[in-house]
Amino acid sequence: MSERGGGVGPAETLRLRLVVNHRPVELLVPPHRTLLELLREELGLTGTKHGCELGECGACTVLVEGRPELACLRLAASCDGAEVTTVEGLARGPRLDPLQETFADTGAAQCGYCTPGMLLVAHELLERTPRPSREEIRLAISGNLCRCTGYLRIIEAIERAAERRAGADV
Amino acid sequence: MSEHRVIGGSSRRVDVADKVTGRALYADDLVLPRMLHCKLLRSRVPHAELLRVDVSAALEIPGVLAAITGADLPIPYGILPVSQDEHALCRDRVRFVGDPIAAVAAEDEETATAALARIAVELRPLDPVGSIEDALARPEPRLHQYAQHGNIHRMVSQEFGDLEQGLAEADYVREDSFFYGGSTHLALEQHAALADWSPDGRLTLWSSTQTPHYVHRVLARVLELPAARVRVIVPALGGGFGGKTDPFNHEVVVAKLAMRTGRPVKICLTREEVFHCHRGRHPTRIWMRTGVKRDGAITAMHVKTVLDGGAYGSYGAASTLYTGALQTVTYRVPHYRFDGARVFTNKPPCGPKRGHGTPQGRFALEVQLDKIAEALGLDPADLRLRHLVSPDSLTANYLRIGSTGLRQCLETVVERSGWREKHGQLPFGRGVGVACSSYLSGAGVAIYWNDMPHSGVMLKLDRGGGVAVYCGSTDVGQGSDSVLAFVVAEVLGVPPGDVRVVTADTDLTPVDLGSYSSRVTLMTGNAALQAAERARELLASAVAGKLEARPEELVFAEGRVFPASDPDTGVSFAEAVVAAESRFGTLATVGHYAPPAPAGKFKGSGVGPSPAYSYTAAVAEVTVDPETGMVRADKVWIAHDVGRAIHRPSVVGQIEGSVYMGLGEALFEETSHRAAHNLVPVAPSMLGYKSPTALDMCEVESFVIEDPDPQGPFGAKEVGQGPLLPIPPAIVNAIYDAVGVRIDEVPATPDKVLWALLAREQGREPRVGPGALAELPWPETVRVRPPWETAGASAPVRKEQD
Repeated sequence: MSERGGGVGPAETLRLRLVVNHRPVELLVPPHRTLLELLREELGLTGTKHGCELGECGACTVLVEGRPELACLRLAASCDGAEVTTVEGLARGPRLDPLQETFADTGAAQCGYCTPGMLLVAHELLERTPRPSREEIRLAISGNLCRCTGYLRIIEAIERAAERRAGADV
Repeated sequence: MSEHRVIGGSSRRVDVADKVTGRALYADDLVLPRMLHCKLLRSRVPHAELLRVDVSAALEIPGVLAAITGADLPIPYGILPVSQDEHALCRDRVRFVGDPIAAVAAEDEETATAALARIAVELRPLDPVGSIEDALARPEPRLHQYAQHGNIHRMVSQEFGDLEQGLAEADYVREDSFFYGGSTHLALEQHAALADWSPDGRLTLWSSTQTPHYVHRVLARVLELPAARVRVIVPALGGGFGGKTDPFNHEVVVAKLAMRTGRPVKICLTREEVFHCHRGRHPTRIWMRTGVKRDGAITAMHVKTVLDGGAYGSYGAASTLYTGALQTVTYRVPHYRFDGARVFTNKPPCGPKRGHGTPQGRFALEVQLDKIAEALGLDPADLRLRHLVSPDSLTANYLRIGSTGLRQCLETVVERSGWREKHGQLPFGRGVGVACSSYLSGAGVAIYWNDMPHSGVMLKLDRGGGVAVYCGSTDVGQGSDSVLAFVVAEVLGVPPGDVRVVTADTDLTPVDLGSYSSRVTLMTGNAALQAAERARELLASAVAGKLEARPEELVFAEGRVFPASDPDTGVSFAEAVVAAESRFGTLATVGHYAPPAPAGKFKGSGVGPSPAYSYTAAVAEVTVDPETGMVRADKVWIAHDVGRAIHRPSVVGQIEGSVYMGLGEALFEETSHRAAHNLVPVAPSMLGYKSPTALDMCEVESFVIEDPDPQGPFGAKEVGQGPLLPIPPAIVNAIYDAVGVRIDEVPATPDKVLWALLAREQGREPRVGPGALAELPWPETVRVRPPWETAGASAPVRKEQD
């Protein structure tokens, strides 16, 4: 799967096939490229943020095969064949995900920098646990730092989205 | 609920759709064609003479386009006119681990990083100064020659009234020493900046700054460019909390590199570099002597503070004054003395963090009052309630109090928390604590002296009914763009969604001084209000004839203009614009705001005055584990007098965010440096620096108290900073109520709590905290007679020298 590159620096590039936000993508990347760099720099998906690039803040959380992953710690090369969802992939066309609606309504996004990561963690939580308890929500987002909100409106937004999704199912 | 349609409501913020979809662009999201990447070489030693920097080997690496050193940027700068002590790249001295020495621009980050290793640096190490005690003990080597005394940066000494007389009148006098640990903002977004130099000699900088106007001024001066050719734009900003209010070296550097290479240059700091930028909470020693009557009435108060300033001036001269200035705005203090000093140390510079200088003094005051109440056998809440400042009064240090909802705040949290059933009555290990506070709604004086407005707004009306608001203010996440839209929408009666907000672009928007000192809602709100009222007058006079009503009888609401007496007639807002444009020509209005002149006229009187003061009261309930010393904040009841809530969800968001940040300072967060190891930061990472997670956050019950202030737009006052202030003292007071030990310093980490519990077991004083302060070479005291001793409240102050 690898091709020889030329010049200085890493000699190899790898051919990757991914599904990003429901669309197939094929591209060549050097082996040390992180998934975060791939998304932001190669694919222009700047909705995924970075706060540390050390796996400490949670801002770069995306879904890989439906599971929350820190894109800054994940090598792009390890995602060959995977399905990746970023904040840009949450809305279906112009229709926002219920979480995006409730985050906007409750004041869960202030500066907005932790918001994409929070949304994806919350999305996975609600897929796994449609009616999570408050403790389950706190635990789910405990790896995502937010310095603006004190987390309380984020928790409320997730609770409201759970209600909204339950209502839609009926 | 109120006569308003938009104000006080809960509409969505104007920027939130972009923030929940990933569309919002922050500085590091911006990409320009041919863009280069910049990396900074930073000092690895805390203090040294810089003898030689040679970048020639770096320039030989393929892909490196430019490398610069301090020799390329000889002009110093600093946020305050009195502290112009920074160079974008060090010239002859490095002053902390992280001080930038050289910079490289290259085709990609990897190449730029590799080039840093090829820069030759020759240093002659100097003894580092590591702490307040160190700086006081060792005047040499001096970090800065302009320091007032050795390594003491600045000192101030003020006395209002007669301290000794006040103390003599007291029934009980108490002295206490405190320490407030340093902390950092830790905004989620790392600072980033992108510079573009156009061939016609124009510089554009996109930067994550809270103060584009001050960055504009510094860039023009340091780069020797006409200010008219410099443009600073703030894209979406990922949090600030004061950490992005200084003009930064990396902003100057990318601009210089863009000029040098003719190509756009971007930098995004690593998280470790953000810790180097710092400008956070000053670690502060505080000593207080307070005299009270038997009923708790304060007769005199003496406050001494010493701040650890780090390596540069930053806002420090103001921070120092702020540790004393607001001690007088919650309870009556007839005689007041303040001595404050700031020292230089070889650590990242401290500056303004949420609350700017006031949390340290407030912590000391509120904890000391708790001790005084206990000594007098009074309930701490009752003691406070009996001695609150009066509305529409002047304090001893000439701060003009307008509205104050503090009584209602305090009564609310006392009642709703069950204080009277809990204080002193909960089982061992559980306790409650109370504290109050107050904060500025904007500094009364600009950072550089001038007679111009602090905030300006331009408003343009479109024939289709759209309204565009232009203002230099910066939305740091607090919602200031939305405040502009809501104020204008309220006055013109249009939906907030029809208002387009253009902010923080020094080419396009009238100056607003920036997002600091909690000034934005009050000042830009007033400017927007004036601009919108002027537009409404134009529209009203254009359609009054047709609607057969006097202009002042017209109502602007729901996208229509109609007579109050006949709501079924009227025209659409767009029709009114067309009528007005037909009659007056192109429609645009302006509004501006400048705060009233400070009431006091003495040295140092520029720090403290504000158009209006917010008020807060909080009760915290904690659980302390006597086995581990772990403190858990269970719940905080907090009431904040915001004057008027322009946007309720944003007000609650600021209250909860402040409680969160105060909780971090009370229990977890501390910036400390390894004394024996080059003064490197102990934890320059988000894993090491313990900020509260969702699991650590306490339950919060917020109460929005509205005591409208005539100075604020629709009566609004600040909410962004004040609610942080009572949290650390309320928690520490609650720890005492829980387990009977005094933790006279924050953060109140488990080791301190255990230490104090152990001390009690062993019969020693159950307390952790600093000892007495060393005496300083205080300057001559500025003595000021309080307002009640002069002929009239507004009479000029007679300045005496002793």
